Amino acid sequence: MLDKFVMQHGHRKDALLEILHYAQEIYGYLDKDILTHISNSLNLPTSHVYGVATFYNFFKLKKPGSHIVTFCLGTACFVKGVEEIITAVENEFNVKRGETRADGKLSVFITRCIGACAMAPNAIVDNVVIGKATPEIVIDKIRSVLGEEKVEAN
Amino acid sequence: MGIGVIKLKINEQEVISREGDTILKAAKEHGITIPTLCDLDGLSNFGGCRLCLVEVKGSPKLFPACTTPVSNGMEVITDSERLKKYRKMAIELILSERIHVCSVCVANNNCELQDLANKLGVDHVNFKRDWNTHDLDTTHEFLVIDRNRCILCTRCIRVCDEVEGVHVLDLKNRGKDTEVIIDLDDQWGVSKICTSCRKCAKVCPVGAIYVEGQPISQTRDKKIAEFVLTRRQS
Amino acid sequence: MKPIDLVKLAERDLDLRRSYKYRINVCCSSGCLPFGAEDVLKAFEQAIKEYGVEKDCKVARTGCVGTCSVGPAVVVEPGDYLYQSVTPENAREIVKEHIIKGTPIKSMLYRNESFFKKQRRLILRNAGKIDPYNIEDYIAMGGYSALMKCLTSMTPKAVIDEVMASGLRGRGGAGFLTGQKWTFVARASGNPKYIIANLDEGDPGVFANRTLAEADPHAIIEGMLIAAYAIGAEKGYIYIRAEYPLAITTLKKALDQANSLNLVGENILETSFNFSIDLRLGAGAFVAGEETAILASIEGQRATPRPRPPYPATSGLWGKPTLIQNVETLANIPIIINNGGAWFAGIGTPKCSGTKCFSLTGKINSPGLIEVPMGTTLREVVYEIGNGIPNNRKFKAVLVGGPSGGCLPEEQIDLPIDYESLTKVGAIMGSGGIVVIDDQSCMVDTAKFFTDFCVDESCGKCVPCRVGLTKIKEIFERIMRGEGRMEDMNLLEELGNYIREASLCGLGQTAPNPVLTTLRYFKNEYVEHISQKKCSAGKCFQKNEEG
Ligand SMILES: Cc1cc2nc3c(=O)[nH]c(=O)nc-3n(C[C@H](O)[C@H](O)[C@H](O)COP(=O)(O)O)c2cc1C
Ligand code: FES
Repeated sequence: MLDKFVMQHGHRKDALLEILHYAQEIYGYLDKDILTHISNSLNLPTSHVYGVATFYNFFKLKKPGSHIVTFCLGTACFVKGVEEIITAVENEFNVKRGETRADGKLSVFITRCIGACAMAPNAIVDNVVIGKATPEIVIDKIRSVLGEEKVEAN
Repeated sequence: MGIGVIKLKINEQEVISREGDTILKAAKEHGITIPTLCDLDGLSNFGGCRLCLVEVKGSPKLFPACTTPVSNGMEVITDSERLKKYRKMAIELILSERIHVCSVCVANNNCELQDLANKLGVDHVNFKRDWNTHDLDTTHEFLVIDRNRCILCTRCIRVCDEVEGVHVLDLKNRGKDTEVIIDLDDQWGVSKICTSCRKCAKVCPVGAIYVEGQPISQTRDKKIAEFVLTRRQS
Repeated sequence: MKPIDLVKLAERDLDLRRSYKYRINVCCSSGCLPFGAEDVLKAFEQAIKEYGVEKDCKVARTGCVGTCSVGPAVVVEPGDYLYQSVTPENAREIVKEHIIKGTPIKSMLYRNESFFKKQRRLILRNAGKIDPYNIEDYIAMGGYSALMKCLTSMTPKAVIDEVMASGLRGRGGAGFLTGQKWTFVARASGNPKYIIANLDEGDPGVFANRTLAEADPHAIIEGMLIAAYAIGAEKGYIYIRAEYPLAITTLKKALDQANSLNLVGENILETSFNFSIDLRLGAGAFVAGEETAILASIEGQRATPRPRPPYPATSGLWGKPTLIQNVETLANIPIIINNGGAWFAGIGTPKCSGTKCFSLTGKINSPGLIEVPMGTTLREVVYEIGNGIPNNRKFKAVLVGGPSGGCLPEEQIDLPIDYESLTKVGAIMGSGGIVVIDDQSCMVDTAKFFTDFCVDESCGKCVPCRVGLTKIKEIFERIMRGEGRMEDMNLLEELGNYIREASLCGLGQTAPNPVLTTLRYFKNEYVEHISQKKCSAGKCFQKNEEG
């Protein structure tokens, strides 16, 4: 599938970003095998491909969790207190921002502005945008996608 | 006066240069030194170290001498108080970014950063120094990369790509997390395309890439890029 | 398609539009979708069917009207009745009362009337009124008539002259005269020439360009076509952030439709003019919006800026002359061609003509996307259009120009918004972000936030930006730990000035602005943090107290 896409772009070196986007779409992330494959088919040095893939935040080189929550840490969301929500989620689910939980079920990512600032603060849980978010709403939503019950306070 | 001849002043001194030349080149030809770190004859311009910044009369802005072309009537100042202060600041920042300890460095007494610090009178660092360690790679037969000493001038990357033509080296990440990498951030010892030509070690201004067991003074060769380039053209 | 066919098409579609007594515009923009706009749209479609008023009433999917905090928003024409926070149940009610009985439901209407009063919507004239997925809607509103005018009755030089006369300045931040830029690229030697429409919009807190693309994509495309005709370009790229999936889909559809009507491609409108447009996706890098970095990114490289000269106008994409223009700048072009440069120059201020879109956010009652003439004051924006600060809190500062803008205090609030005035007080126009900050926010914390952003987004190429900003960040961290020293304020200022003057690109050159302006206008807060280890806003030192 990837090869066909590369062919459509005539193996052009400048199509590297489009191809990385496409590869991430089909494989979920970009591991070294995929990057090597891309660099071979575009005839680009591997270090160049790696350098490009790591420059842009959008490309993930590690396998993300099966569920992903992304917080917007843009200006509007910051002013509206998204930090509190992030901290609450980190504590509740025992996972740090930018990382994936040990069981591989949940990743917490940060992005800078999704352009929905008038509804700040914003979170995205598995591709669903939650505007005017609060810690409770986000935690509930994550629980429901994880299929977890509320853990009783011990 | 022939076509392409440019007359300008550098530090009040009349200077004649050619169209398309940079301020740095014009200055060099007339014995005026402007400090540089990332620039190297024979390699493409980078413009990252910002040590070569100069003032041009009539503009409040600062111009990198290594990439700014000369123009007729230009009046360049290379050593104002502001520039001296800023150059010191740049060196202090570089020194505080990673682990630069001259006494345990292979490049001690053969280091462009150390020389500049001495020349510009940097006797202490005003900023918090960062002691976090970066990767050291000794897996190659004789080439060593110690990223703790790297100043990210990218001379090694440029010489590898532009002169040797293999592009083993590049940068990964961005901002303060930028690092020089080999292939897919692999160990140097397993690289299949590195030709072990040593050019990276020859052009490194500091002690970040060197040949194990060889005194730096023997490895260094600042002229290598220009040498190959002129040979190629002739 | 011949020019005459375009005229016919416009007439036909306008007639069609007029044949409906009512038109219900449902905003399906990124702002309203998460609140169920799609369901509302379906509910309206079903309701008009049920009530049998399909012939009288058209339900349309549209872009954003700007009142994004009260979505889903629905506008009923004629009269532009704006309903807020509409639910599928409301939809039935609106059809029953408003469409059938003819009485708008007052209780559901948007309450802040002054939101629209002070605005002047030129670029956003179609936003919320037309279906962005339907090129005929745009054509019915006079779309592509400016292109036709250029191709059939103006020379490229005449087009440039008109843009020159308008005094239009770039909306991407720097405010460079657009006509002059076109002249440079037109004169530059080298073929082919390229155009890049910059839709990277990396400023966090800004969504004007996204809204434009989602609401009126053809305005951008038409602007590009006219620019291409004027400067002799053959190929254009729209560089858009990957974070904007809906805008991407909208632009893709728009390009397909324009292609199929022969408005983009070869022999456009059966003239000898050729121009093709491709989309290019960004990948999460603020710096990629910088004009030399965008070149690198489109060429498939790391988006690191390079020194200028050479300028992109002479040596851009693959070394060829390239015009880089913000999408809002481009959307102004059809307006200028249709109404004349002199008319446009009459709007705004003498040095800054036209209008500008601003994303108004933060602690404000009516956030959203607004468009005002240049020279409008911040007070008018915050207190009239934005309707003041919620919960009776006190205004503290307004942040203009994104993460590299400036934090302006109450004393500056009567400042007219134009490039020069903003620069004078240490802010920038940037891409038009206005974030209102109330007394619950700490200015030291805010300055730190922007520094953190710029540290993350620095490309790492030049020393002042890469290392200098990191050191500023460390100084802030020290202050927040209660270990700040009074000299730190001096050090911040010295570093800030150095980074501003010595950095390679606009990111570093403007990144210290929040630090420098907060030091200038809110020095007392720094002193309080350092000498008393106290934060009046209650943001900082919390962990220390708890621990
Ligand atoms: C760090 C940085 C980010 C930028 N981001 C954008 C952007 O997202 N969109 C944009 O139009 N211009 C951006 N610019 C400005 C562009 O470099 C360029 O000036 C602009 O696109 C020119 O178009 P204009 O003349 O229409 O304003 C940015 C500049 C810098 C330094
Ligand atoms: S030598 Fe000019 S910036 Fe480094």
